[in-house]
Amino acid sequence: MPTPTRGFLGRRRERDPRLPPGQYDVGADWPVLTAEPTPRITPETWSITVDGQVEQPTTWSWDEAHRLPPSEYRGDIHCVTTWSKFDTRFSGVSVDTLLDAVRPTAEAQFVMATSKTGYTTNLPLADVTGGRAWLVWDFDGRPLTPEHGGPVRLLVPHLYFWKSAKWISKLTLLRRDQPGFWEQNGYHDRGDPWRQQRYQGD
Amino acid sequence: MRAPSGGWRTATVAGVRRPVPRSVQLRLDVADRVDHLPGQHYVVRLTAPDGYTAQRSYSVASAPGDPLVELFVERLDDGEVSTHLADVVEPGDVLEVRGPIGGWFVWDTESPALLVAGGSGVVPFVSMLRTARALGRTDRLRTAVSVRTLELLPYADELLDAGALVVTTREPRGIRPAGRLTAVDLVPLWEPGQTAYVCGSAAFAGAATRLLETLGTPAADIRVEQFGPSG
Repeated sequence: MPTPTRGFLGRRRERDPRLPPGQYDVGADWPVLTAEPTPRITPETWSITVDGQVEQPTTWSWDEAHRLPPSEYRGDIHCVTTWSKFDTRFSGVSVDTLLDAVRPTAEAQFVMATSKTGYTTNLPLADVTGGRAWLVWDFDGRPLTPEHGGPVRLLVPHLYFWKSAKWISKLTLLRRDQPGFWEQNGYHDRGDPWRQQRYQGD
Repeated sequence: MRAPSGGWRTATVAGVRRPVPRSVQLRLDVADRVDHLPGQHYVVRLTAPDGYTAQRSYSVASAPGDPLVELFVERLDDGEVSTHLADVVEPGDVLEVRGPIGGWFVWDTESPALLVAGGSGVVPFVSMLRTARALGRTDRLRTAVSVRTLELLPYADELLDAGALVVTTREPRGIRPAGRLTAVDLVPLWEPGQTAYVCGSAAFAGAATRLLETLGTPAADIRVEQFGPSG
């Protein structure tokens, strides 16, 4: 354990067990953290493509994606800047549903998620399968706003939130891992908040 | 260009100043430090006697050539780390820090850049301006700052000396009435081919980004750093 900081007691004596180490409860707020200008994307011009190591590369329009079986996430989200937000509710479609349609090859091990802005983030395929990742367009029953990634963002709530790429437009399945935008800039390749995988080397 | 990054280090507080209300400027002697690029940040981690920790990120204001690392911290009333740094920390204290971190919001010290800050969003730009001065490249940087009143602006004298445009939203400045930053304000600073850096609150960053797009800066040439309530 590191040496205590002189005079520091800390605010929270009773930690919510839902809070990963080094995180705090942001309450009703939802801070916006973005490295690029917020793009204005209308549902009519949005689409999602799943390609790379798949048998059947496929693109879904807004209407086509909405005809897929709906899926919802209820739970917590965690940002690497140390805020966590409890009891969120997102709805959209499970990434499993998209992957079932494109049929990943046996060699697919990783995913690169790409946004309309060119933002990228890399994930192990295992982290976006098994009911752990979604494409979402509603938050708390309302359309997802542009600053929070609307019309559609990726949601991978068990990892730090930079993995949940805003303005998602493409998922590319890969044989080998490649660093995405923040991952090239010093952030961790996996980003598990319970293991505090914030930066490369954690 | 790959930005430098450093692991956890021990920092000894060498100086504490409070030149602006509700904030603190810390000068840190970081053992065995990795030099930063202007625009990068550090994490400060506080540890309670029972092992509880809290950590937050702060932009570096110093230039890489400075023997000390200077952080500027805005005190948030309901903050946990910023209140400790602003109210409790004194010279001689030891802090755990990690840095430098971040490879996106950095200036490469060569490219022409337009820096647009809201309030304490100036901090990474102070590092860029100091670096430019040390290298004799101040001609590469143009700076615009929006703040409520001049009294609240960190590094006000230094920014004005560097030729920064300072716009005040709650008081007039010279012949300019109080008001938000406009595209007209930015026109004299704008040049094609500049990389634009925007730093401030989410609301400021959104507004400033739209101004830059109005002037013709491609979205791909705009780098944004926003700060929200992170205590």
